[in-house]
Amino acid sequence: MSKHDNTAAVKIENISFHYGDRYVLDRINFEIPNGAFMGIVGPNGSGKSTLIKCILGLLKPQSGKVSFFGIPLSRFKNWGEVGYVSQKANSFNTAFPATVYEVVSMGLFGKVGLFRFLTKKHKQKILEAIETVGMTNFIHRNIGELSGGQQQRVFIARALVSDPRLLILDEPTVGVDAASVSNFYEMLKSLNEEKGLTLLLVTHDVGVMSDYVTHVACLNKQLHFHGNTKEFKEISKEGFSQMYGHHVHVLEHHH
Amino acid sequence: MSFPFFHYEFLQNAFLTGIMIGLLAPVLGVFIVVRRQSLIADALSHITLAGIAANLMLGRSSGFFQGLNPLYMGMAFSVGGAIGIEQLRKVYKHYEELAIPIIMSAGIGLSVIFISLANGFNTDLFNYLFGSVLAVKKSDVWTVFFILLLVFAFVLFLYKELFVLSFDEEQAAVSGIKGKWIQFLFIIMVALVIASSMKIVGILLVSALMTLPVAASLRIANGFKQTFVLSVIFGETAVILGLISSYYLNLAPGGTIVMLSVLILLLSLSWKKWRARKPILSE
Repeated sequence: MSKHDNTAAVKIENISFHYGDRYVLDRINFEIPNGAFMGIVGPNGSGKSTLIKCILGLLKPQSGKVSFFGIPLSRFKNWGEVGYVSQKANSFNTAFPATVYEVVSMGLFGKVGLFRFLTKKHKQKILEAIETVGMTNFIHRNIGELSGGQQQRVFIARALVSDPRLLILDEPTVGVDAASVSNFYEMLKSLNEEKGLTLLLVTHDVGVMSDYVTHVACLNKQLHFHGNTKEFKEISKEGFSQMYGHHVHVLEHHH
Repeated sequence: MSFPFFHYEFLQNAFLTGIMIGLLAPVLGVFIVVRRQSLIADALSHITLAGIAANLMLGRSSGFFQGLNPLYMGMAFSVGGAIGIEQLRKVYKHYEELAIPIIMSAGIGLSVIFISLANGFNTDLFNYLFGSVLAVKKSDVWTVFFILLLVFAFVLFLYKELFVLSFDEEQAAVSGIKGKWIQFLFIIMVALVIASSMKIVGILLVSALMTLPVAASLRIANGFKQTFVLSVIFGETAVILGLISSYYLNLAPGGTIVMLSVLILLLSLSWKKWRARKPILSE
């Protein structure tokens, strides 16, 4: 863990989000050290996506604070430093006429800014990002023609192209076939270890993820566990599954 | 060979306007189609009709409106309708398409009232409904030219933003792109282009010129830029061939242009099928 420095990549202080009386997130506190690969697991409906959206400023929590690299969200402007890969399987229009190159280039648009065009240097960056995720052979293919796993790689490339320091992934393996999932995690792990990229991954899939991440937290309205992977594995032997199951039960009660 | 298009001013006007519209309509059409808002063009064209009918009605009693090109009033209504659609989409967040029939029926309702107040149909109105090259004036050419420059600058300088907003609004928000005012400008551009296409293809056929060339190019294009280029080529082909053939065959130009677009669409569909039979493309 030598890569960690003092300011956390992300710091979450006391975030709560609710619709009326129904709490989706209840006083969440945690921070992600620089260079960590943090996984947050939770069953469906546990508030994972809501938490991610609050972190990214897409939703405004009723209370609490978020900061990136020591800068509060409200004043944070360097969005190029934060890459985001959302749960694409349900939301994106697979018939959209865009090539792999064009999709990845979108990751630079915010950074390049209004009324400006991509330069040669940017184009080089795009090619590099596509290379990093191993999609060079598909560069001029339409995104809709690719498999779920390949599409997800393209979206990672789009997030990487702006040279982020932090990558946030929301259920990135939904719609990806089982054989590709471990490849996908291997790729994330090497981005974390070789490039020093801080990763935050949110998923309902406890099994595979825990082999790759350095830190784990469990979410079910509240954050139930927060520590490194070693501690997590010890707990998970007995207590964890019980806890997980128990809270699933509590959740069903609310619906 | 003496080409009549260079002798008659009305044909020159129609031709120039047609070429500009053959470019404008598919360019904005690409964004409309990929956002799955194809029907917006229909809604806006009907509200434009209300503006034109209002001008014709007012023209009966006021010299000012009689002298005014009804196109301007049509544009004003179209922009108003565009703003209405955006507001309604916010009100009905989960039924975004509901805005389109609301504005469309309001447009038709208003049109019918204005037309009846203006003592019914006349040739002018008929020209706007189905298009008439004879009715294209010099001032129309200049108006459309000005809109062409405006839209061209808009798409050129905001291409990145329009592209990412069409693909993935959430991603746009996360990369710090302010989508709201770009969307607002976009729909105003659409309103202006629809109003300016009317004299050539007519209100009832305007949306065809925005969607059919795009539908044809979507089948065969690879990537977004290619979709653009092909849509414009198809749009221009339909407009230019349509104007020429309607002149020689004495057909209604609006209908001819639209049917040529349909023909291009059919050709692109069969080309795709023909290519799919080749084994290289199978997965």
